[in-house]
Amino acid sequence: MSYVRDVGALARKDLLLELRARDTLPAMLLFVVATFVVFHFALPGSPSRLAASGLLWVSILFTALLGLGRAFVPEREQRVLDGLVLAPCDRSAIWLGKSVATLAFLVAAEAVALPVFALFFHPLNGATVLGVALADLGICAVGTFLGAMAVATRARELLLPLLFLPLAIPIVVGGVGASAAGSPGRYLGFLALYDLLFALVCWASFEYVVTE
Amino acid sequence: MTPVVRPDAGGDLRQSREVGRTHRIPLPALAALSLVLVTLALALVFFVAPNDADQGFSQRIFYFHVSIALTAYACFVAAAWKAFRHLTRRDPDADLESYVAIHQGVILGALVLLTGSIWAKISWGHWWLWSEDQLVLFLVLFLFYCAYFMLRYSLEPGPQRANLSAVYALFGVVLIPVSFLAIRLTKGLIHPVVFTRHGPNFHGWILVTYCVSQVAILVFAYTLYRVELAGKRLDSRVRELKEVLA
Amino acid sequence: MLAPVIRAHGLGKRFGDKRVLRGVDLEVERGGFVVVTGPNGSGKTTLLRICAGLALPTEGELEVSAGRAEIGYLAHDPLVYRELSALENLDLYGRLYRIHERRERIGMLLERFGLWDARHDRVASYSRGMTQRLALCRVLLHEPSLLVLDEPYAALDAAGAELLDAQLADLRRERTVLLSTHEPARVEPLATGRLVLA
Repeated sequence: MSYVRDVGALARKDLLLELRARDTLPAMLLFVVATFVVFHFALPGSPSRLAASGLLWVSILFTALLGLGRAFVPEREQRVLDGLVLAPCDRSAIWLGKSVATLAFLVAAEAVALPVFALFFHPLNGATVLGVALADLGICAVGTFLGAMAVATRARELLLPLLFLPLAIPIVVGGVGASAAGSPGRYLGFLALYDLLFALVCWASFEYVVTE
Repeated sequence: MTPVVRPDAGGDLRQSREVGRTHRIPLPALAALSLVLVTLALALVFFVAPNDADQGFSQRIFYFHVSIALTAYACFVAAAWKAFRHLTRRDPDADLESYVAIHQGVILGALVLLTGSIWAKISWGHWWLWSEDQLVLFLVLFLFYCAYFMLRYSLEPGPQRANLSAVYALFGVVLIPVSFLAIRLTKGLIHPVVFTRHGPNFHGWILVTYCVSQVAILVFAYTLYRVELAGKRLDSRVRELKEVLA
Repeated sequence: MLAPVIRAHGLGKRFGDKRVLRGVDLEVERGGFVVVTGPNGSGKTTLLRICAGLALPTEGELEVSAGRAEIGYLAHDPLVYRELSALENLDLYGRLYRIHERRERIGMLLERFGLWDARHDRVASYSRGMTQRLALCRVLLHEPSLLVLDEPYAALDAAGAELLDAQLADLRRERTVLLSTHEPARVEPLATGRLVLA
């Protein structure tokens, strides 16, 4: 299907850009590990399992924000977005391609972050990892979408955390619940619901973000 | 093949049209109605409704707290509807109407937080309670819709600002049930759920008082909405005319 | 008589309270070559953006009988990624525009515009003239039937300008061209219509 091919071409472009620049992913990696260290000093004594899972999710969220802020910068700085909008492909492919690429970076950062977390604080269970995976989908879908909006404003990347955090609260609830609750099933189901609902809204409305 | 594009009419001096959409209920009548209803509601709340068995006199703030909360939700839903009309029908008035509705919603939201806080202090001794789901939900929504204004003020007036605002308003209306579900997931329900607790027992004067309060707040909010809308339209029209004459 | 490719009547564009275009009438027939001139700030770029489909007018009527796949738009910015090479940029656009025999077409265009040797270099390393030539490659890549060019000569060096002259002369018969320029004399021999914006 040509839609999938368009998304693939666009995601490939973003991965290529990151390969050249090599700034976003290393920054995210360094940031997340540094955040863990800061948290160690911020919470003296060994944090409980509940507190530790909380700080895992906060770290993931803010690391993601770091990456998301950069997502549409090349398109904005060089006004290339016009070029993409002119193309006959579906405009939502622009969002999806960018989300897929950002997801790749986030997962790559977490591949390092999660083991480090297990080392510093508490070992992770399967539910947590699954929760992180589901949450990543929602974070990237919504975050990339809002990133495109933020980049069009005067305040630019400054606006992204303001727009994103209220929408990220349900993700945190789902994630912490999945990590800490006795029956994580409900929370994982909730995360899946969040992903589905918001991905749908993003997919349907991205057209209006980039056109008049 | 690009279809013929017939965009919304501009504000040419020659092509003068009614400033915005004409509403069926005239504003002065609406204002008078609000005044009557609010006075009636106040009278009922303070003099007629019976004292609550558990919480006494302080419980009366609830009539307003709940009415304002539901009206705020109504504002956000109305704003999302207008936003949808802006995006799909290119309705020229919809963007401003959506913005004003959200503005009203945020003001009401602040009032919800205030009345809720007062009620919490009186009933439980604390100014803020994380256990109160409705309060927490409103806090999240308040943050979300405040960000709406930051978004709007960070953009130059024009089609892009209207589009982005509209999309964000749609996100808001999806966030409401999702956040509600999220907050429910975190803890059991301690906030007295008005309708289930007083469900079949919602009788007599309590029911009447609540209904009158709800209608009064709705009408009052709608009046404020119309006033603000009229003011903003006038501003916009004046600027347009200045442009044309320049 | 074929229907005109672009037909606009009473076109106007407002950004908030600022009016950029007002009462513009334009008709570009198939195979036509219309030159738009006017001082800075007269709305040339806005008009071209509207015709290319990037903006919507706030007044008037517009009919463009070319879809996105048939329009080639040259903007003030080259609309290419500076950190990618010419080849990578054109490959991306080639995929998005679903071009058959993508590699051959890209190769042919790069050669024609003298960028073949620099095809693997980052666009950031190009001169302004080279970047503009790459932008022209991008515009012509999908063989659009309608070309909307916003001051195409502005960023070109002498060699590039000559290439463009040749290209426009070639395309003139088969394609429809709408372009804006500060040097109308250069394209005067090709023009079938002129529009002056106040």
